Amino acid sequence: MNSISRPTFDLDRIRADFPILGQTVHGKPFVFLDSAASAQKPRQVIGAMVEVMETQYANVHRGIHWMSERTTEAYEGVRTKVAKLLNAPDAREIVFAKNSTELINLVAHCYGRGVMRPGEAVIVSEMEHHANLVPWQMLRDQHGIELRVAPITDNGELDMPAFERLLEDGKVGLVAVTHMSNVLGTVTPATRIAAMAHAHGAKVLFDGSQAVVHRRVDVQALDADFYVFTGHKLYGPTGIGAMYAKRELLERMPPFMGGGDMIGSVSFEHSTWAEIPHKFEAGTPPIIEAIGLGVAIDWVEAIGYDAIAGHEADLVEYTLRRMAEIPGIRVLGTAQDRGGVFSFTMKNAHAHDIATLLDRGGIAVRAGNHCAEPLMRRLGVDSTARASVGIYTSTEEIDVLANALVRVGEFFA
Amino acid sequence: MFDDVRALYSDAIRQHGRHPVHAGRLPDADGSAKGDNPMCGDRVTVFIRRAGAIISQASFEARGCEISLASADLMCDAVAGQALERVRGLAGEVETMARTGQCDVCDAVMTRLQPLAAVHDFPSRVKCVTLPWRALIAAMDGSEEMAQ
Repeated sequence: MNSISRPTFDLDRIRADFPILGQTVHGKPFVFLDSAASAQKPRQVIGAMVEVMETQYANVHRGIHWMSERTTEAYEGVRTKVAKLLNAPDAREIVFAKNSTELINLVAHCYGRGVMRPGEAVIVSEMEHHANLVPWQMLRDQHGIELRVAPITDNGELDMPAFERLLEDGKVGLVAVTHMSNVLGTVTPATRIAAMAHAHGAKVLFDGSQAVVHRRVDVQALDADFYVFTGHKLYGPTGIGAMYAKRELLERMPPFMGGGDMIGSVSFEHSTWAEIPHKFEAGTPPIIEAIGLGVAIDWVEAIGYDAIAGHEADLVEYTLRRMAEIPGIRVLGTAQDRGGVFSFTMKNAHAHDIATLLDRGGIAVRAGNHCAEPLMRRLGVDSTARASVGIYTSTEEIDVLANALVRVGEFFA
Repeated sequence: MFDDVRALYSDAIRQHGRHPVHAGRLPDADGSAKGDNPMCGDRVTVFIRRAGAIISQASFEARGCEISLASADLMCDAVAGQALERVRGLAGEVETMARTGQCDVCDAVMTRLQPLAAVHDFPSRVKCVTLPWRALIAAMDGSEEMAQ
Protein backbone atom coordinates (compact mmCIF):
# COMPACT_ATOMS: atom_id res chain seq x y z
CA MET A 1 0.00 0.00 0.00
CA ASN A 2 1.22 3.45 -0.87
CA SER A 3 1.61 5.31 2.37
CA ILE A 4 3.26 8.44 0.99
CA SER A 5 1.72 11.61 2.40
CA ARG A 6 -0.69 9.49 4.43
CA PRO A 7 -1.72 11.52 7.49
CA THR A 8 -0.86 10.04 10.87
CA PHE A 9 -3.62 8.03 12.44
CA ASP A 10 -2.89 6.61 15.87
CA LEU A 11 -5.80 4.26 16.42
CA ASP A 12 -4.69 3.12 19.88
CA ARG A 13 -4.56 6.70 21.06
CA ILE A 14 -7.95 7.45 19.56
CA ARG A 15 -9.50 4.38 21.16
CA ALA A 16 -8.03 5.37 24.52
CA ASP A 17 -10.21 8.50 24.36
CA PHE A 18 -13.39 6.38 24.43
CA PRO A 19 -13.91 4.88 27.90
CA ILE A 20 -16.89 2.81 26.74
CA LEU A 21 -14.79 0.77 24.32
CA GLY A 22 -13.22 -0.94 27.33
CA GLN A 23 -16.55 -2.39 28.43
CA THR A 24 -17.53 -6.02 28.11
CA VAL A 25 -20.97 -7.11 26.91
CA HIS A 26 -22.23 -10.60 27.75
CA GLY A 27 -18.74 -11.29 29.01
CA LYS A 28 -17.13 -10.45 25.66
CA PRO A 29 -15.09 -7.41 24.63
CA PHE A 30 -17.52 -4.77 23.36
CA VAL A 31 -17.35 -4.45 19.56
CA PHE A 32 -19.40 -1.41 18.63
CA LEU A 33 -20.46 -1.43 14.98
CA ASP A 34 -23.50 0.83 15.27
CA SER A 35 -21.94 4.27 14.96
CA ALA A 36 -24.26 5.25 12.10
CA ALA A 37 -27.11 5.14 14.63
CA SER A 38 -25.17 7.11 17.24
CA ALA A 39 -21.45 7.37 17.86
CA GLN A 40 -19.63 6.92 21.15
CA LYS A 41 -18.23 9.96 22.94
CA PRO A 42 -14.59 10.75 23.68
CA ARG A 43 -13.69 11.59 27.28
CA GLN A 44 -12.93 15.17 26.21
CA VAL A 45 -16.61 15.69 25.32
CA ILE A 46 -17.81 13.96 28.46
CA GLY A 47 -15.41 15.98 30.60
CA ALA A 48 -16.30 19.30 29.01
CA MET A 49 -19.98 18.78 29.68
CA VAL A 50 -19.35 17.96 33.32
CA GLU A 51 -16.93 20.85 33.63
CA VAL A 52 -19.37 23.40 32.26
CA MET A 53 -21.95 22.35 34.82
CA GLU A 54 -19.40 22.40 37.62
CA THR A 55 -17.65 25.66 36.80
CA GLN A 56 -19.31 27.82 34.20
CA TYR A 57 -23.03 27.51 33.76
CA ALA A 58 -25.95 29.93 33.56
CA ASN A 59 -28.62 30.66 30.99
CA VAL A 60 -27.47 32.32 27.76
CA HIS A 61 -28.42 35.64 26.13
CA ARG A 62 -30.19 36.82 29.30
CA GLY A 63 -28.20 37.46 32.38
CA ILE A 64 -26.41 40.71 33.04
CA HIS A 65 -23.95 38.77 35.11
CA TRP A 66 -20.55 37.28 34.66
CA MET A 67 -21.62 33.64 34.60
CA SER A 68 -24.26 34.18 31.94
CA GLU A 69 -21.87 36.22 29.81
CA ARG A 70 -19.20 33.49 29.95
CA THR A 71 -21.75 30.77 29.14
CA THR A 72 -23.10 32.85 26.25
CA GLU A 73 -19.57 33.24 24.90
CA ALA A 74 -19.01 29.49 25.09
CA TYR A 75 -22.35 28.72 23.45
CA GLU A 76 -21.95 31.26 20.66
CA GLY A 77 -18.35 30.13 20.24
CA VAL A 78 -19.70 26.76 19.16
CA ARG A 79 -21.69 28.47 16.41
CA THR A 80 -18.40 29.86 15.11
CA LYS A 81 -16.82 26.39 15.33
CA VAL A 82 -19.68 24.87 13.34
CA ALA A 83 -19.38 27.64 10.75
CA LYS A 84 -15.69 26.87 10.42
CA LEU A 85 -16.32 23.12 10.27
CA LEU A 86 -18.71 23.58 7.33
CA ASN A 87 -16.82 26.56 5.84
CA ALA A 88 -19.90 28.73 6.21
CA PRO A 89 -19.19 32.37 5.39
CA ASP A 90 -20.91 33.73 8.49
CA ALA A 91 -21.69 32.20 11.92
CA ARG A 92 -25.12 33.85 11.76
CA GLU A 93 -25.94 31.30 9.06
CA ILE A 94 -25.73 28.48 11.63
CA VAL A 95 -28.95 27.49 13.40
CA PHE A 96 -29.04 25.09 16.34
CA ALA A 97 -31.82 22.63 17.08
CA LYS A 98 -31.95 19.27 18.79
CA ASN A 99 -31.05 17.10 15.77
CA SER A 100 -31.25 16.72 11.99
CA THR A 101 -34.90 15.67 12.21
CA GLU A 102 -35.88 18.89 13.95
CA LEU A 103 -33.82 20.97 11.51
CA ILE A 104 -35.44 19.36 8.46
CA ASN A 105 -38.83 19.97 10.05
CA LEU A 106 -37.74 23.56 10.62
CA VAL A 107 -36.97 23.96 6.90
CA ALA A 108 -40.22 22.21 5.90
CA HIS A 109 -42.10 24.59 8.17
CA CYS A 110 -40.29 27.88 7.67
CA TYR A 111 -39.18 27.51 4.05
CA GLY A 112 -41.82 25.02 2.88
CA ARG A 113 -44.87 26.68 4.38
CA GLY A 114 -43.35 30.12 4.78
CA VAL A 115 -41.74 30.69 1.39
CA MET A 116 -42.82 27.98 -1.07
CA ARG A 117 -46.18 28.31 -2.78
CA PRO A 118 -48.77 25.54 -3.27
CA GLY A 119 -48.15 23.85 -6.61
CA GLU A 120 -44.39 23.91 -6.24
CA ALA A 121 -42.59 20.59 -5.80
CA VAL A 122 -40.00 19.06 -3.47
CA ILE A 123 -37.69 16.27 -4.67
CA VAL A 124 -36.38 13.64 -2.28
CA SER A 125 -34.46 10.50 -3.24
CA GLU A 126 -35.43 6.88 -2.86
CA MET A 127 -32.76 6.40 -0.21
CA GLU A 128 -33.84 8.99 2.33
CA HIS A 129 -34.06 8.40 6.05
CA HIS A 130 -37.64 8.91 7.25
CA ALA A 131 -36.42 12.20 8.75
CA ASN A 132 -35.93 13.56 5.24
CA LEU A 133 -39.15 12.14 3.85
CA VAL A 134 -41.97 12.42 6.37
CA PRO A 135 -41.65 16.23 6.93
CA TRP A 136 -42.04 16.70 3.15
CA GLN A 137 -45.06 14.39 3.05
CA MET A 138 -46.59 16.53 5.78
CA LEU A 139 -45.80 19.63 3.75
CA ARG A 140 -47.40 18.01 0.69
CA ASP A 141 -50.57 17.15 2.59
CA GLN A 142 -50.90 20.43 4.46
CA HIS A 143 -49.59 22.97 1.98
CA GLY A 144 -50.33 21.58 -1.47
CA ILE A 145 -46.71 20.87 -2.35
CA GLU A 146 -46.02 18.09 -4.82
CA LEU A 147 -43.55 15.45 -3.61
CA ARG A 148 -41.33 13.83 -6.23
CA VAL A 149 -39.04 10.87 -5.60
CA ALA A 150 -35.75 10.61 -7.47
CA PRO A 151 -34.96 6.94 -8.13
CA ILE A 152 -31.74 5.15 -7.35
CA THR A 153 -29.92 2.66 -9.54
CA ASP A 154 -29.56 -1.00 -8.60
CA ASN A 155 -26.09 -0.36 -7.22
CA GLY A 156 -27.51 2.22 -4.84
CA GLU A 157 -26.52 5.47 -6.51
CA LEU A 158 -28.77 8.38 -7.33
CA ASP A 159 -30.04 8.04 -10.91
CA MET A 160 -28.79 11.42 -12.14
CA PRO A 161 -30.55 11.50 -15.56
CA ALA A 162 -33.85 10.60 -13.86
CA PHE A 163 -33.18 13.22 -11.19
CA GLU A 164 -32.61 15.89 -13.82
CA ARG A 165 -35.83 14.94 -15.62
CA LEU A 166 -37.75 15.59 -12.38
CA LEU A 167 -36.38 19.14 -12.39
CA GLU A 168 -37.16 19.96 -15.99
CA ASP A 169 -40.63 21.48 -15.68
CA GLY A 170 -39.26 24.20 -13.41
CA LYS A 171 -41.84 23.55 -10.68
CA VAL A 172 -39.35 22.23 -8.14
CA GLY A 173 -38.70 24.68 -5.34
CA LEU A 174 -36.49 22.47 -3.22
CA VAL A 175 -34.37 19.34 -3.55
CA ALA A 176 -33.86 17.56 -0.21
CA VAL A 177 -31.45 14.64 -0.43
CA THR A 178 -28.99 12.78 1.70
CA HIS A 179 -25.28 13.47 1.36
CA MET A 180 -24.57 9.90 2.52
CA SER A 181 -27.05 7.05 2.85
CA ASN A 182 -27.48 5.61 6.34
CA VAL A 183 -28.35 2.25 4.76
CA LEU A 184 -26.10 1.84 1.73
CA GLY A 185 -23.19 4.09 2.65
CA THR A 186 -23.56 5.76 -0.77
CA VAL A 187 -22.08 9.25 -0.90
CA THR A 188 -24.17 11.32 -3.28
CA PRO A 189 -22.61 13.71 -5.84
CA ALA A 190 -23.67 16.77 -3.87
CA THR A 191 -21.91 19.36 -6.02
CA ARG A 192 -23.61 18.07 -9.18
CA ILE A 193 -26.96 17.79 -7.42
CA ALA A 194 -26.75 21.38 -6.23
CA ALA A 195 -25.66 22.63 -9.66
CA MET A 196 -28.54 20.82 -11.38
CA ALA A 197 -31.05 22.04 -8.82
CA HIS A 198 -29.86 25.62 -9.16
CA ALA A 199 -29.88 25.44 -12.95
CA HIS A 200 -33.59 24.70 -12.71
CA GLY A 201 -34.33 27.33 -10.10
CA ALA A 202 -34.56 25.01 -7.08
CA LYS A 203 -32.88 25.33 -3.70
CA VAL A 204 -31.09 22.34 -2.23
CA LEU A 205 -30.97 20.84 1.25
CA PHE A 206 -28.49 18.13 2.16
CA ASP A 207 -29.05 15.76 5.05
CA GLY A 208 -25.44 15.52 6.18
CA SER A 209 -26.09 13.42 9.29
CA GLN A 210 -23.81 10.62 8.06
CA ALA A 211 -21.57 12.54 5.65
CA VAL A 212 -20.18 15.07 8.09
CA VAL A 213 -18.80 12.25 10.20
CA HIS A 214 -16.75 10.80 7.40
CA ARG A 215 -15.47 13.64 5.26
CA ARG A 216 -14.90 17.36 5.18
CA VAL A 217 -17.98 19.30 4.17
CA ASP A 218 -17.62 22.69 2.50
CA VAL A 219 -21.02 24.28 2.07
CA GLN A 220 -19.60 27.00 -0.17
CA ALA A 221 -17.90 24.52 -2.50
CA LEU A 222 -21.12 22.48 -2.61
CA ASP A 223 -23.18 25.66 -3.00
CA ALA A 224 -25.65 24.16 -0.52
CA ASP A 225 -28.64 26.26 0.44
CA PHE A 226 -29.34 24.19 3.56
CA TYR A 227 -27.03 21.65 5.17
CA VAL A 228 -28.09 19.83 8.34
CA PHE A 229 -26.28 17.46 10.66
CA THR A 230 -26.66 16.10 14.15
CA GLY A 231 -24.13 16.19 16.96
CA HIS A 232 -24.53 12.71 18.38
CA LYS A 233 -23.22 10.99 15.27
CA LEU A 234 -20.18 13.30 15.23
CA TYR A 235 -18.93 12.04 18.62
CA GLY A 236 -20.89 14.77 20.39
CA PRO A 237 -23.85 14.49 22.74
CA THR A 238 -27.49 13.91 21.88
CA GLY A 239 -29.86 16.87 21.85
CA ILE A 240 -27.87 19.18 19.60
CA GLY A 241 -27.83 19.50 15.83
CA ALA A 242 -26.83 22.32 13.53
CA MET A 243 -27.82 23.67 10.16
CA TYR A 244 -26.11 25.96 7.72
CA ALA A 245 -28.52 28.00 5.62
CA LYS A 246 -27.77 30.87 3.28
CA ARG A 247 -28.38 34.17 4.93
CA GLU A 248 -30.88 35.47 2.38
CA LEU A 249 -33.00 32.35 2.91
CA LEU A 250 -32.92 32.66 6.69
CA GLU A 251 -33.90 36.32 6.35
CA ARG A 252 -36.90 35.41 4.16
CA MET A 253 -38.10 32.58 6.39
CA PRO A 254 -40.57 33.22 9.21
CA PRO A 255 -39.65 31.90 12.69
CA PHE A 256 -40.10 28.25 13.64
CA MET A 257 -41.40 28.17 17.20
CA GLY A 258 -42.48 31.11 19.28
CA GLY A 259 -41.16 31.86 22.73
CA GLY A 260 -38.33 33.49 24.58
CA ASP A 261 -35.00 34.25 22.90
CA MET A 262 -36.49 34.46 19.39
CA ILE A 263 -38.18 37.83 19.79
CA GLY A 264 -37.24 41.45 19.25
CA SER A 265 -40.00 43.00 21.31
CA VAL A 266 -43.29 41.64 22.60
CA SER A 267 -46.60 43.27 23.44
CA PHE A 268 -50.05 41.74 23.69
CA GLU A 269 -50.85 43.15 20.26
CA HIS A 270 -47.67 42.37 18.41
CA SER A 271 -44.23 40.83 18.57
CA THR A 272 -41.17 41.32 16.43
CA TRP A 273 -38.52 38.73 15.75
CA ALA A 274 -34.91 38.57 16.77
CA GLU A 275 -32.17 38.71 14.15
CA ILE A 276 -30.98 35.52 12.50
CA PRO A 277 -30.16 32.92 13.67
CA HIS A 278 -31.89 33.59 16.99
CA LYS A 279 -35.34 33.95 15.51
CA PHE A 280 -35.19 30.17 14.86
CA GLU A 281 -34.09 29.27 18.39
CA ALA A 282 -37.01 29.77 20.77
CA GLY A 283 -36.54 29.02 24.44
CA THR A 284 -33.47 28.06 26.42
CA PRO A 285 -31.28 26.14 23.99
CA PRO A 286 -29.33 22.93 24.71
CA ILE A 287 -26.41 24.88 26.16
CA ILE A 288 -24.45 22.03 27.68
CA GLU A 289 -24.97 19.85 24.63
CA ALA A 290 -23.83 22.64 22.30
CA ILE A 291 -20.66 23.05 24.32
CA GLY A 292 -20.15 19.28 24.12
CA LEU A 293 -20.56 19.48 20.35
CA GLY A 294 -17.96 22.23 20.20
CA VAL A 295 -15.45 19.98 21.94
CA ALA A 296 -16.36 17.09 19.64
CA ILE A 297 -15.63 19.31 16.63
CA ASP A 298 -12.28 20.35 18.13
CA TRP A 299 -11.50 16.69 18.75
CA VAL A 300 -12.37 15.65 15.18
CA GLU A 301 -10.45 18.58 13.70
CA ALA A 302 -7.39 17.71 15.79
CA ILE A 303 -7.34 14.25 14.19
CA GLY A 304 -8.17 15.74 10.83
CA TYR A 305 -10.57 14.71 8.10
CA ASP A 306 -7.77 13.51 5.84
CA ALA A 307 -6.67 11.01 8.49
CA ILE A 308 -10.27 10.03 9.20
CA ALA A 309 -11.01 9.49 5.51
CA GLY A 310 -7.85 7.42 5.07
CA HIS A 311 -8.71 5.17 8.00
CA GLU A 312 -12.24 4.78 6.76
CA ALA A 313 -11.18 3.94 3.20
CA ASP A 314 -9.02 1.15 4.64
CA LEU A 315 -11.92 -0.11 6.75
CA VAL A 316 -14.35 -0.05 3.81
CA GLU A 317 -11.98 -2.01 1.61
CA TYR A 318 -11.20 -4.49 4.39
CA THR A 319 -14.81 -4.97 5.47
CA LEU A 320 -16.11 -5.52 1.94
CA ARG A 321 -13.34 -8.07 1.36
CA ARG A 322 -14.06 -9.96 4.59
CA MET A 323 -17.84 -9.90 4.00
CA ALA A 324 -17.35 -11.28 0.48
CA GLU A 325 -15.62 -14.32 1.97
CA ILE A 326 -18.63 -15.30 4.10
CA PRO A 327 -21.05 -17.74 2.47
CA GLY A 328 -24.62 -16.47 2.08
CA ILE A 329 -23.87 -12.82 2.86
CA ARG A 330 -25.11 -10.16 0.49
CA VAL A 331 -24.00 -6.57 1.04
CA LEU A 332 -26.54 -4.09 -0.31
CA GLY A 333 -25.30 -1.22 -2.44
CA THR A 334 -22.15 -1.14 -4.50
CA ALA A 335 -21.77 2.58 -5.03
CA GLN A 336 -18.41 3.79 -6.29
CA ASP A 337 -18.24 6.49 -3.66
CA ARG A 338 -19.22 4.99 -0.34
CA GLY A 339 -18.55 5.25 3.37
CA GLY A 340 -18.36 2.77 6.21
CA VAL A 341 -21.97 1.64 6.45
CA PHE A 342 -22.67 -1.96 5.45
CA SER A 343 -26.20 -3.28 5.23
CA PHE A 344 -26.38 -6.97 4.60
CA THR A 345 -28.63 -9.96 4.46
CA MET A 346 -27.74 -13.57 5.12
CA LYS A 347 -29.23 -16.66 3.53
CA ASN A 348 -31.49 -18.54 5.96
CA ALA A 349 -31.16 -15.96 8.74
CA HIS A 350 -33.36 -12.98 9.50
CA ALA A 351 -31.65 -9.72 10.42
CA HIS A 352 -32.98 -9.82 14.00
CA ASP A 353 -31.79 -13.30 14.57
CA ILE A 354 -28.37 -12.32 13.23
CA ALA A 355 -28.27 -9.27 15.51
CA THR A 356 -29.27 -11.27 18.59
CA LEU A 357 -26.53 -13.83 18.01
CA LEU A 358 -23.92 -11.14 17.33
CA ASP A 359 -25.01 -9.30 20.47
CA ARG A 360 -24.27 -12.40 22.54
CA GLY A 361 -20.81 -12.26 21.02
CA GLY A 362 -20.42 -8.70 22.31
CA ILE A 363 -20.98 -7.22 18.84
CA ALA A 364 -23.46 -4.36 18.43
CA VAL A 365 -25.05 -4.02 14.99
CA ARG A 366 -28.39 -2.63 13.99
CA ALA A 367 -31.16 -4.71 12.46
CA GLY A 368 -34.41 -3.61 10.90
CA ASN A 369 -35.42 -1.12 8.27
CA HIS A 370 -33.07 1.65 9.49
CA CYS A 371 -35.80 4.30 9.31
CA ALA A 372 -35.84 3.84 5.53
CA GLU A 373 -38.85 1.65 4.80
CA PRO A 374 -39.36 2.82 1.19
CA LEU A 375 -35.70 2.06 0.44
CA MET A 376 -36.12 -1.44 1.88
CA ARG A 377 -39.01 -2.00 -0.52
CA ARG A 378 -36.95 -0.66 -3.42
CA LEU A 379 -34.18 -3.11 -2.55
CA GLY A 380 -36.67 -5.95 -2.23
CA VAL A 381 -35.86 -6.77 1.39
CA ASP A 382 -37.90 -6.56 4.60
CA SER A 383 -35.01 -5.71 6.82
CA THR A 384 -31.25 -5.88 6.91
CA ALA A 385 -28.52 -6.13 9.48
CA ARG A 386 -26.18 -3.15 9.41
CA ALA A 387 -22.63 -2.79 10.59
CA SER A 388 -21.28 0.75 10.62
CA VAL A 389 -17.85 1.97 11.55
CA GLY A 390 -16.58 4.94 13.51
CA ILE A 391 -13.29 6.68 13.89
CA TYR A 392 -12.38 4.14 16.60
CA THR A 393 -13.18 0.99 14.62
CA SER A 394 -10.29 -1.40 14.05
CA THR A 395 -9.73 -4.09 11.43
CA GLU A 396 -9.49 -6.52 14.36
CA GLU A 397 -13.09 -5.67 15.20
CA ILE A 398 -14.08 -6.34 11.59
CA ASP A 399 -12.37 -9.72 11.98
CA VAL A 400 -14.44 -10.40 15.12
CA LEU A 401 -17.58 -9.55 13.14
CA ALA A 402 -16.60 -11.66 10.14
CA ASN A 403 -15.70 -14.67 12.25
CA ALA A 404 -18.93 -14.35 14.21
CA LEU A 405 -20.96 -14.11 10.99
CA VAL A 406 -19.45 -17.37 9.80
CA ARG A 407 -20.67 -18.94 13.04
CA VAL A 408 -24.09 -17.31 12.66
CA GLY A 409 -24.32 -18.80 9.19
CA GLU A 410 -23.52 -22.25 10.60
CA PHE A 411 -26.08 -21.78 13.39
CA PHE A 412 -28.89 -21.04 10.94
CA ALA A 413 -27.73 -23.43 8.22
CA MET B 1 -19.91 -18.74 21.26
CA PHE B 2 -23.68 -18.91 21.05
CA ASP B 3 -24.33 -21.14 24.05
CA ASP B 4 -26.56 -18.64 25.81
CA VAL B 5 -28.77 -18.11 22.76
CA ARG B 6 -29.60 -21.79 22.54
CA ALA B 7 -32.21 -21.33 25.27
CA LEU B 8 -34.01 -18.88 22.97
CA TYR B 9 -33.41 -20.80 19.77
CA SER B 10 -34.54 -24.10 21.27
CA ASP B 11 -35.42 -27.07 19.10
CA ALA B 12 -39.12 -26.24 19.37
CA ILE B 13 -38.59 -22.61 18.33
CA ARG B 14 -36.30 -23.62 15.49
CA GLN B 15 -38.79 -26.20 14.23
CA HIS B 16 -41.83 -23.87 14.36
CA GLY B 17 -39.87 -20.88 13.10
CA ARG B 18 -38.37 -22.62 10.10
CA HIS B 19 -41.14 -25.03 9.22
CA PRO B 20 -44.38 -23.52 10.45
CA VAL B 21 -47.43 -25.71 9.91
CA HIS B 22 -50.01 -22.93 10.17
CA ALA B 23 -48.47 -20.57 7.62
CA GLY B 24 -50.84 -19.48 4.88
CA ARG B 25 -54.19 -17.86 4.41
CA LEU B 26 -57.16 -19.63 5.99
CA PRO B 27 -59.56 -20.14 3.06
CA ASP B 28 -62.81 -19.66 4.97
CA ALA B 29 -61.58 -17.25 7.64
CA ASP B 30 -64.21 -15.09 9.30
CA GLY B 31 -61.72 -12.70 10.85
CA SER B 32 -58.25 -11.39 10.15
CA ALA B 33 -55.96 -8.60 11.26
CA LYS B 34 -52.51 -7.33 10.46
CA GLY B 35 -49.77 -6.77 12.96
CA ASP B 36 -46.91 -4.51 12.12
CA ASN B 37 -43.70 -3.70 13.89
CA PRO B 38 -42.55 -0.65 11.95
CA MET B 39 -39.26 -0.35 13.81
CA CYS B 40 -38.02 -3.68 12.53
CA GLY B 41 -40.12 -4.50 9.51
CA ASP B 42 -41.86 -7.58 10.91
CA ARG B 43 -45.37 -7.99 9.58
CA VAL B 44 -47.96 -10.66 10.28
CA THR B 45 -51.56 -11.25 9.25
CA VAL B 46 -53.54 -13.60 11.46
CA PHE B 47 -56.64 -15.40 10.15
CA ILE B 48 -59.26 -17.00 12.39
CA ARG B 49 -62.34 -19.08 11.95
CA ARG B 50 -64.92 -19.20 14.72
CA ALA B 51 -67.48 -21.80 15.68
CA GLY B 52 -69.79 -20.03 18.07
CA ALA B 53 -67.71 -18.82 20.99
CA ILE B 54 -64.73 -20.96 20.03
CA ILE B 55 -61.77 -20.39 17.71
CA SER B 56 -61.94 -23.45 15.53
CA GLN B 57 -58.82 -22.68 13.52
CA ALA B 58 -56.15 -20.02 13.12
CA SER B 59 -53.40 -19.40 10.59
CA PHE B 60 -50.98 -16.64 9.66
CA GLU B 61 -48.98 -15.07 6.87
CA ALA B 62 -45.82 -13.35 8.00
CA ARG B 63 -42.48 -11.99 7.13
CA GLY B 64 -40.26 -11.80 10.12
CA CYS B 65 -37.63 -13.39 12.26
CA GLU B 66 -37.62 -16.98 13.50
CA ILE B 67 -38.92 -15.92 16.89
CA SER B 68 -41.99 -14.14 15.53
CA LEU B 69 -42.76 -16.99 13.10
CA ALA B 70 -42.37 -19.57 15.87
CA SER B 71 -44.62 -17.54 18.17
CA ALA B 72 -47.27 -17.28 15.45
CA ASP B 73 -47.12 -21.00 14.70
CA LEU B 74 -47.22 -22.06 18.37
CA MET B 75 -50.10 -19.63 18.87
CA CYS B 76 -52.15 -21.19 16.08
CA ASP B 77 -51.57 -24.61 17.64
CA ALA B 78 -52.55 -23.37 21.08
CA VAL B 79 -55.74 -21.47 20.29
CA ALA B 80 -57.45 -24.00 18.02
CA GLY B 81 -60.49 -25.27 19.88
CA GLN B 82 -60.23 -22.69 22.67
CA ALA B 83 -63.05 -20.42 23.80
CA LEU B 84 -62.68 -16.78 22.75
CA GLU B 85 -62.40 -15.63 26.34
CA ARG B 86 -59.73 -18.22 27.06
CA VAL B 87 -57.77 -17.01 24.01
CA ARG B 88 -57.83 -13.46 25.37
CA GLY B 89 -56.50 -14.80 28.65
CA LEU B 90 -53.78 -16.75 26.87
CA ALA B 91 -52.62 -13.67 24.97
CA GLY B 92 -52.20 -11.83 28.26
CA GLU B 93 -50.42 -14.76 29.87
CA VAL B 94 -48.03 -15.09 26.92
CA GLU B 95 -47.18 -11.38 27.20
CA THR B 96 -46.46 -11.83 30.88
CA MET B 97 -44.42 -14.94 30.24
CA ALA B 98 -42.42 -13.21 27.48
CA ARG B 99 -41.57 -10.37 29.85
CA THR B 100 -40.92 -12.34 33.03
CA GLY B 101 -40.12 -15.88 31.92
CA GLN B 102 -42.88 -17.16 34.23
CA CYS B 103 -46.47 -18.20 33.63
CA ASP B 104 -49.07 -17.56 36.30
CA VAL B 105 -51.14 -20.64 35.51
CA CYS B 106 -48.94 -23.20 33.84
CA ASP B 107 -51.64 -25.47 32.49
CA ALA B 108 -51.24 -27.83 29.55
CA VAL B 109 -51.75 -25.11 26.95
CA MET B 110 -49.29 -22.71 28.54
CA THR B 111 -46.79 -25.53 28.92
CA ARG B 112 -46.86 -26.03 25.15
CA LEU B 113 -46.08 -22.32 24.78
CA GLN B 114 -43.24 -22.52 27.28
CA PRO B 115 -40.47 -22.34 24.64
CA LEU B 116 -41.43 -18.68 24.17
CA ALA B 117 -40.55 -17.91 27.81
CA ALA B 118 -36.83 -17.80 27.04
CA VAL B 119 -37.31 -14.49 25.22
CA HIS B 120 -37.54 -12.68 28.56
CA ASP B 121 -33.73 -12.74 28.62
CA PHE B 122 -33.71 -10.81 25.33
CA PRO B 123 -35.76 -7.67 26.02
CA SER B 124 -35.46 -6.24 22.51
CA ARG B 125 -37.01 -9.45 21.14
CA VAL B 126 -40.10 -9.60 23.39
CA LYS B 127 -42.13 -7.79 20.75
CA CYS B 128 -41.26 -10.52 18.24
CA VAL B 129 -43.21 -12.94 20.46
CA THR B 130 -46.13 -10.65 21.23
CA LEU B 131 -46.73 -9.31 17.69
CA PRO B 132 -48.83 -12.27 16.38
CA TRP B 133 -50.80 -12.47 19.64
CA ARG B 134 -51.78 -8.83 19.38
CA ALA B 135 -52.82 -9.37 15.77
CA LEU B 136 -54.90 -12.35 16.90
CA ILE B 137 -56.79 -10.25 19.45
CA ALA B 138 -57.31 -7.57 16.79
CA ALA B 139 -58.74 -10.25 14.46
CA MET B 140 -61.12 -11.34 17.21
CA ASP B 141 -62.13 -7.72 17.80
CA GLY B 142 -62.74 -7.28 14.10
CA SER B 143 -60.25 -4.49 13.64
CA GLU B 144 -58.33 -4.39 10.39
CA GLU B 145 -55.04 -3.16 11.72
CA MET B 146 -53.89 -3.72 15.26
CA ALA B 147 -52.22 -1.18 17.46
CA GLN B 148 -48.46 -1.63 17.59
